[in-house]
Amino acid sequence: MRIPAIEASYEAFMSRAYAIEVEAVERYTQFADQLEQHNNREVAGVFRKLAEIEGLHAKHILDEMGWPSLPVLPVPYASGEPEGPETAPFDSLHYLMQPYHALEIALRCEIDAVNYFEDIAAGAADERVRKAAAHMAAEEQEHVTLMRDWMKRVPRPKAGWDEDQDPPRMSE
Amino acid sequence: MNAPLAIPLQAKDFKSDYKPVWCPGCGDYSVLAAITKALAMLELKPHNVAVVSGIGCSSRIPAYTSCYGFHGVHGRSLPAATGLKVARPELTVLVASGDGDGYSIGGNHFLHACRRNVDLTYIVMDNHVYGMTKGQPSPTTEPDWSSKLAPGGTGLREFHPLVIALASGANFVARAFSGDPNGCASIIVEAVRHPGFSFVEVLSPCVTFRPEQRAWKDAVHPAPVAPTDDPARAARRIMTDDGFNIGVLYKGSRPPYAGRPAAPTASIEELECAFQL
Amino acid sequence: MTAGNILLEAAAHAGYYALMTRTSGPQIRGGEAAAMLRISTYATDGQDDRFQILAAIDWQNVQRFASELPLGAASLILGDPAQGEPPEVFTKSGARYVPLPLKALAAKVSGGWPNMVAVGALAGLVGLPAEAVETALRKSMKKGLEGAIAAARLGFSTIETTGAFRLEPPRKGTARWLITGNEAAGYGALRGGVRFVAAYPITPATELLEWLSPALAKVGGTLVQAEDELASINMALGASFGGVPALTATSGPGLSLMIEALGLGVAAEVPLVVVDVMRTGPSTGIATKSEQADLGIALHGLHGDAPHIVIAPNSISDCIAATEWAVGLAESLQVPAIVLSDQYFGQARAVVDPPAFQDRKIERLKAANGVPYKRYALTPSGISPMAVPGTAGTEYTADGLEHNERGLPSSQAGDHLAQMEKRARKIAQLDPGEAWASIEGEGETAVLTFGSCTGPAREALAREGCRAKLISMRLLSPAQPERLKKALQGVKRVLVVEQNHSGQFLRYLRSEYELPADVRSLRRPGPLPFRPEEIHREVVKP
Repeated sequence: MRIPAIEASYEAFMSRAYAIEVEAVERYTQFADQLEQHNNREVAGVFRKLAEIEGLHAKHILDEMGWPSLPVLPVPYASGEPEGPETAPFDSLHYLMQPYHALEIALRCEIDAVNYFEDIAAGAADERVRKAAAHMAAEEQEHVTLMRDWMKRVPRPKAGWDEDQDPPRMSE
Repeated sequence: MNAPLAIPLQAKDFKSDYKPVWCPGCGDYSVLAAITKALAMLELKPHNVAVVSGIGCSSRIPAYTSCYGFHGVHGRSLPAATGLKVARPELTVLVASGDGDGYSIGGNHFLHACRRNVDLTYIVMDNHVYGMTKGQPSPTTEPDWSSKLAPGGTGLREFHPLVIALASGANFVARAFSGDPNGCASIIVEAVRHPGFSFVEVLSPCVTFRPEQRAWKDAVHPAPVAPTDDPARAARRIMTDDGFNIGVLYKGSRPPYAGRPAAPTASIEELECAFQL
Repeated sequence: MTAGNILLEAAAHAGYYALMTRTSGPQIRGGEAAAMLRISTYATDGQDDRFQILAAIDWQNVQRFASELPLGAASLILGDPAQGEPPEVFTKSGARYVPLPLKALAAKVSGGWPNMVAVGALAGLVGLPAEAVETALRKSMKKGLEGAIAAARLGFSTIETTGAFRLEPPRKGTARWLITGNEAAGYGALRGGVRFVAAYPITPATELLEWLSPALAKVGGTLVQAEDELASINMALGASFGGVPALTATSGPGLSLMIEALGLGVAAEVPLVVVDVMRTGPSTGIATKSEQADLGIALHGLHGDAPHIVIAPNSISDCIAATEWAVGLAESLQVPAIVLSDQYFGQARAVVDPPAFQDRKIERLKAANGVPYKRYALTPSGISPMAVPGTAGTEYTADGLEHNERGLPSSQAGDHLAQMEKRARKIAQLDPGEAWASIEGEGETAVLTFGSCTGPAREALAREGCRAKLISMRLLSPAQPERLKKALQGVKRVLVVEQNHSGQFLRYLRSEYELPADVRSLRRPGPLPFRPEEIHREVVKP
């Protein structure tokens, strides 16, 4: 994961970290909506929970920084860079997916987030930024543990989980 | 403590609250994200943007945005968008289509839209299949892809939309990939900013009928050279590439279509002089 | 053709009413052609029973349209003996042949052409003043004016006339107009507020679009030439969705291609006007000839139940008012309107009384800022406020998919029924007023017709032995059964006159209206127009 070209300042870094969380909330919420539309309420529920967790992390950053409750995303993610480390790609879903799959996705995101912040902690010029990044990485590592524990508590999908006897339907 | 930099509107302001019905895993979700991000980046307002589409999965997109939308009939998004833009040049008009709607039934309009060079941005979500009607070959489907309508494959050579666009006069040609929504968004930003007819073909996998297209994310790569302004050169490059070159491939300088309404120089009644004896 | 035009203009300048239609072979240049003129002291919308004078520059390939040039025993054939005797198809009428050596006479004048000699001769025969001919020549001819004038004067002075064909002095009136049906429809569209036109050429509608192109630009509108009719109709829809009243014009084959998009206009409630300048069908048919056979597709061509407007102008001059009305209805009811003109009107050039215009401002119902905006709100009238792109707070997606009040796609029975009833209601609640038909005269017999059959029918009923009512329908959809019922009070017998083979208008009347028991049909397909005496004969039949 390459280090993004952000400003060296602590505020810019925290603003970026906040944006990462918010983007994750939005993405997990969209996933929940999609699965609800496709009558997979169980996994929709998992994604809503994940959105909640990311939302809490986002609020945590807000409280720490003392920012007003409706900050805005900085521009970074529309300038051709990859999406945030905690933003799962749209193609990770399957309408018949099971909670375990959702957690697999979340786990990957958390691991990516750990790597992302560890890289900044190791390489950023500003000391405050390095410290904040290390702190973030540690928090994300907690999330990694959380996901792994959660995954132990849900059934592993069996072979044939993606089989559907009903053929696709035409809607238009 | 300073608040982070503010931009007037964000991507989510360009999404409506109408929940898409695309299959989970569909590339079109990313394209919708890319379009909304692009519109936010361009600092446009939803009410000054119109999204025009035809029929197909990708054509569902207008109602998923908070802009004005026109969900027309199969294959006719480009003429509808042309009429709209010529009559209302101050609007930003995006046209959304798929490989079936855009290259098959819409093929003729594609040629002439490129030729006419009205200032539009045409985004085609290409998944090499007719998704909405359950999996028939489209003009960009591989010749050996088997389906119910064409068991064993059609045996027909794939349509080459980017080359056709160049040959017909499109002023901007790009290929994007739905697996990189931010990259796609920045291509769309460039496309909208570029005057004249901007064509963006987005490789957007169909998770239901072409699940093997998941492999596209390993096949795509950034285009190795900067965009050229020589259409013949661009065409040669595209005809010899592997079909997975991502980026802006051609940026031309044809002046956009000039036929916009001018200020009136006569009243209706004055026209009667032509008939009066 | 030029000669015909010169005579037409000469008659116009002399203060007469005049009408010119034309016929020709399919060649683009050098083909056989005939101009058919009627010059009169009263306004007329059709040709007479037969021609009184047939002037021929030559007789080549005249068989192609001889049936369109009926003569009688009192008629005169003016021909150049150098071109041979007039063909039997004309002489068998009993008409008198008067040779006039047009070519030889033209040769006497520098730059003289035989057709100009004929123009002069004809002017002399009917009593048009020489000055009127010269005014017309000066107006029209860019090259060879001197030669033309000299040739016309020679023809004028050479022809011997008994005065048998002399016109009565013209009735001077307010300044009249010289116009074709196609120009009239174009002008009516602009009056109605059209400012966007999408054009794809097709005979016989092309001149309408060509007239509109510069005229539109003058009033601040714009025209785009499309690649085909599928494009032109969708372009017009897009422009209209954008808030600009839009129109396209075509003929039967083009209308067939436009049908799907018209349905989209109905479903998404987008205003639109299509002028169908009807020609002989089916399929490619006879492109240059008239017929009234697109009634079926105009009324019933859209798949699904798709109520919309169909209007038929019933004179060349009425092409202005009918098209203007169509635009107003399309805009106010947010629906496509088809104007059924035909080749006869479209390409005929006539002197008409200046139209009486009404100040009618008909516009779309504007959307106010309500949260959330319901584009397809269920209102008592069925008409919902229509937002214009570029306005904040009223964003919506127009959709051909069935939808709910907000415009979001819906497959629910309740939504479909509600929207169907709304779209039907908004059309059905239209009160057209007196404009729905032209009703003239009284009698126990009524002639029911529309479009270009109206002129000949009117003339027929003005003749002796006829006490009958003329009902020429202008609004064909929505049907007006109550109004026709009122108009048919006391009528025991109906004659339905139409120019098509299967009786489309008769079938339409039977399906939508109550008719008396005695219904007769006078119909034939194009290209021959009905002559007044044909209609008269049917009306007076016991």
